Amino acid sequence: MAHSTAATAPGKSVWDGGASPMGASYGKLMMWFFLLSDAFTFSGLLITYGLVRSSHPAFDGLPEAFTFSTEYWPIPEKVFEAVPFLHGYSLPLVFVGIMTFILIMSSVTMVLAVEAGHRMDRKAVEKWMLWTIVGGITFLSCQAWEWTHFIVGTDAPTLVKDFVNGQWITKEVTGANLHINQYGPQPFADFFFFITGFHGFHVFSGVLLNFLIYYNTVTGVYERRGHYEMVEKVGLYWHFVDLVWVFVFTFFYLV
Amino acid sequence: MAHHSHEPQVTVLPPDKEKIKKLWTVAFILGAVTAVEFLIAFTMSHGVAKTALFVILTIVKAAYIVGEFMHLKYEVKVLFWSILIPTLFIIWMLVAFVYEGMTMPVF
Repeated sequence: MAHSTAATAPGKSVWDGGASPMGASYGKLMMWFFLLSDAFTFSGLLITYGLVRSSHPAFDGLPEAFTFSTEYWPIPEKVFEAVPFLHGYSLPLVFVGIMTFILIMSSVTMVLAVEAGHRMDRKAVEKWMLWTIVGGITFLSCQAWEWTHFIVGTDAPTLVKDFVNGQWITKEVTGANLHINQYGPQPFADFFFFITGFHGFHVFSGVLLNFLIYYNTVTGVYERRGHYEMVEKVGLYWHFVDLVWVFVFTFFYLV
Repeated sequence: MAHHSHEPQVTVLPPDKEKIKKLWTVAFILGAVTAVEFLIAFTMSHGVAKTALFVILTIVKAAYIVGEFMHLKYEVKVLFWSILIPTLFIIWMLVAFVYEGMTMPVF
């Protein structure tokens, strides 16, 4: 955060060397550019989802009359309406809402860890990093449950056409995988696994990185180094994971 | 703190109450916007207006996360624009894909 741009000799550009024109260290800068490239990857996935979705017919009846069929794209809130321990109740998007809340909270604890790092407060960094890790693991556990529910499926099966031994047959299907899908057209399940899976893997990597930072904090690596910039860098990654979820939440679950 | 003689003496500064309060305010805004999104999801009928509202609210949330949590708002302007301007390519990608989608045979 040191604005070293002002500290240049007259007649010399900040880009001539010896100064950091962007006021950030190499590591932090590279984290920013990595995140930018990662944003392109996620955009690719989400935009392709939009493209494929819009090329399929939408369900044109009343939402109350909606049933699963491979003829049209499903209404997301009719697919994601289950909550653990509340089997049989229709609670659309409640569980994803809880997951969103968990990720926002873990973003706050991360930023509090960064703030504590600026003050060289090792104990506070340890505390907030631990909460961030707890938040990440909770989110991943929620996602594991959601995936299991999606794969296993609802109580009532859907009739789906499948190509078996050289001919088309119609069979009852519950749940979904990369080959067959009870909720709607096949790409719907494929995108669910790819988009939430790719995001989930980012969360998983984030938890590992957060743990590494926590470990280094506890062993006093950053205290000896004299600064907690690593907390900031990994913090940037962690906030990005939260940012991506905001977009996934809107474009996969809400719209 | 210093268990070994070679460890430097560390001065721990007190928490910046003002800053921490601001961070919680941002968290509250993010939560509130999500709550509004939920409200819209179950009260508005499906259409262009609903989607547009969702997109706007998502951009609001993204701005708070990137600007405040990731601190980009307070970075040097060169860094700020170096990150923001390339995201225009995402808009281009969106337009290109949608155009491609309109001219593509239906599945």
